[in-house]
Amino acid sequence: MSLADLEGPLSALHLSHYLEASALRCPERVAAVDSDGTSLTYRELNDRASRVAGFLASQGIRRGDRVGLLLPKDTAALTALFGTLKAGAAYVPVDWTGPAERVRSILADCDVRALFADGRRADLAADIETVILLGEDKGDGPRGSVSGRFSWDKALEHEPLPADPAARRPDDLAYILYTSGSTGIPKGVTLTHQNATSFVDWCSSVFTPSEDDLFSSHAPFHFDLSILDIYVPLKHGASVHLVPDELGKNPKDLARFIASRQLSVWYSTPAILGLLAEFGDLDRLDCSHLRLVLFAGEVFPVKQLRRLVSHWPWPAYYNLYGPTETNVCTYARIPTPIPEGRSEPYPIGWPCSHCAALVIDAEGRRVEGGDEGLLYISGPSVFIGYWNRLQETAAAFLDRDGARWYNTGDVVKQQGDEGLLYLGRRDRMVKRRGYRIELGEVESCLYRHPAVSGAAAVPVQSAEAGVRIVAYLVAPAASRPSIVEMKTFCNQHLPSYMNPDVFVFVDALPRTSTNKVDYQDLIRRFEPDRKA
Amino acid sequence: MGNCDMDTMKEELRQYILSEFLPGEKPSNLRDDTPLRTSGILDSVATLRLVTFVEEHYGIEVEAHEAGVENFDTIESISSFIQSKQKPA
Repeated sequence: MSLADLEGPLSALHLSHYLEASALRCPERVAAVDSDGTSLTYRELNDRASRVAGFLASQGIRRGDRVGLLLPKDTAALTALFGTLKAGAAYVPVDWTGPAERVRSILADCDVRALFADGRRADLAADIETVILLGEDKGDGPRGSVSGRFSWDKALEHEPLPADPAARRPDDLAYILYTSGSTGIPKGVTLTHQNATSFVDWCSSVFTPSEDDLFSSHAPFHFDLSILDIYVPLKHGASVHLVPDELGKNPKDLARFIASRQLSVWYSTPAILGLLAEFGDLDRLDCSHLRLVLFAGEVFPVKQLRRLVSHWPWPAYYNLYGPTETNVCTYARIPTPIPEGRSEPYPIGWPCSHCAALVIDAEGRRVEGGDEGLLYISGPSVFIGYWNRLQETAAAFLDRDGARWYNTGDVVKQQGDEGLLYLGRRDRMVKRRGYRIELGEVESCLYRHPAVSGAAAVPVQSAEAGVRIVAYLVAPAASRPSIVEMKTFCNQHLPSYMNPDVFVFVDALPRTSTNKVDYQDLIRRFEPDRKA
Repeated sequence: MGNCDMDTMKEELRQYILSEFLPGEKPSNLRDDTPLRTSGILDSVATLRLVTFVEEHYGIEVEAHEAGVENFDTIESISSFIQSKQKPA
């Protein structure tokens, strides 16, 4: 049987198959739409991606090589992504607006062989063999004449790469997503095609997408929510509407976007949904095409969720849970409307059909009843390891009952018939706007300021503001930097979601009896009525 | 609230930004020309809150495209922007 014989979307062994099968089944349907309305049909996207793959192959990119994407989110970036997959390589999406040093350390960590970069960040590509520049660099930017530097048009003009089934295996590396690392260096979560397809196929079974669905793509490609956004619509011959960074942060424009594009499936962190409910003027807009609202990445405060549901009572709401290492592994349908009296957060629910969950206590015993324990996940969507970090990879897994279980680090308990309830963490990782933040990474940035001799970052939870990060700093009075200076310094070295909300100078950091920083004391010291 | 003079407006903006986004900072460290966006003092969510404050406090409407770095990067530029919106057309 060839792909052309397929009557409908089937599960695939390789992410590129989803696009190729849809391009044969419905070549003239719209696959992806930019924020300015520019769109690509399945035939166009598939053809362009094959050309990009041909170009990458001509540059010596082979199966298993890493290719960086340092681009704003648009149809060109999506084309580069599929071109990379078709070439058998793995894509490494990086926040193109991110601090220079962080971008460089990610590209160096996984040794990217080629990079698609926005012309405005071309300076970050200096050490990379093959660089394809996109965007505002049409004028006098580097051409094919400069060794290893190419224009996007050059890549699109190349002969398409013929598909070679032998060069595409389900256990090939598909992409690497970098998350905050506790030592100050981001760590790469490596995921295979099978990791992703097992999740995408689960989405098909639960959300039953059709060709008529119009999906949002709100999360940046370096965030794992993008896996659903990209592959679920393209598998089903639906359309995906790409939301670039700036639009994605602006709830007023975003609400108008959802209405005017008549989107039917929305997926994002609760943070932006909360902002849409608060600032989006939703009552003045017709968003009646929404049939699914999915959220993941952090706990949705019930007050905000209730407000959202009161504006949009018609869609089905789902809470999806899972770290980047497993993608979504548990889920819960949220019954609507949200009862007035409810204030306790909704559960993360039950394991997806492709995952198994295990909750164990500190002694490694499976917990019974409603007791607390650490959540472990096994199944085909669980990642293979952290790039080049054997020790950390080994420490993340538990071998038990013939399966490999990933320790999520999340503390949960069984909540009656609602499924699992997320309770918190025992380590120093926090979530803000759906992003994982290792407080150790924040501290290692603070320590790099020449005047800082001591630094500790702690999370402070408040009902209205969510999680805030408070940085305690020790610096000699004579050279004590201003808070404006510290804010600016952190902004140069950390993504904006990691920048502390509050800076407090202290004479010395409190220590425990074993001479460790007493974080609990620092959390208690923070006056709850202090505004930020 | 109607028109008010530039200096009062700048002080009000300074007070608001200090108390909401720079708790503990000395007022003198937040100058009229301190960059707010490019420095990371205001992220996207903080900018939204500041825009809402400006709309409510000064009785003007700020369009999404007006809330960019051109108008909202310094106390100086924000107050000029508010004043230009308050002037009768």
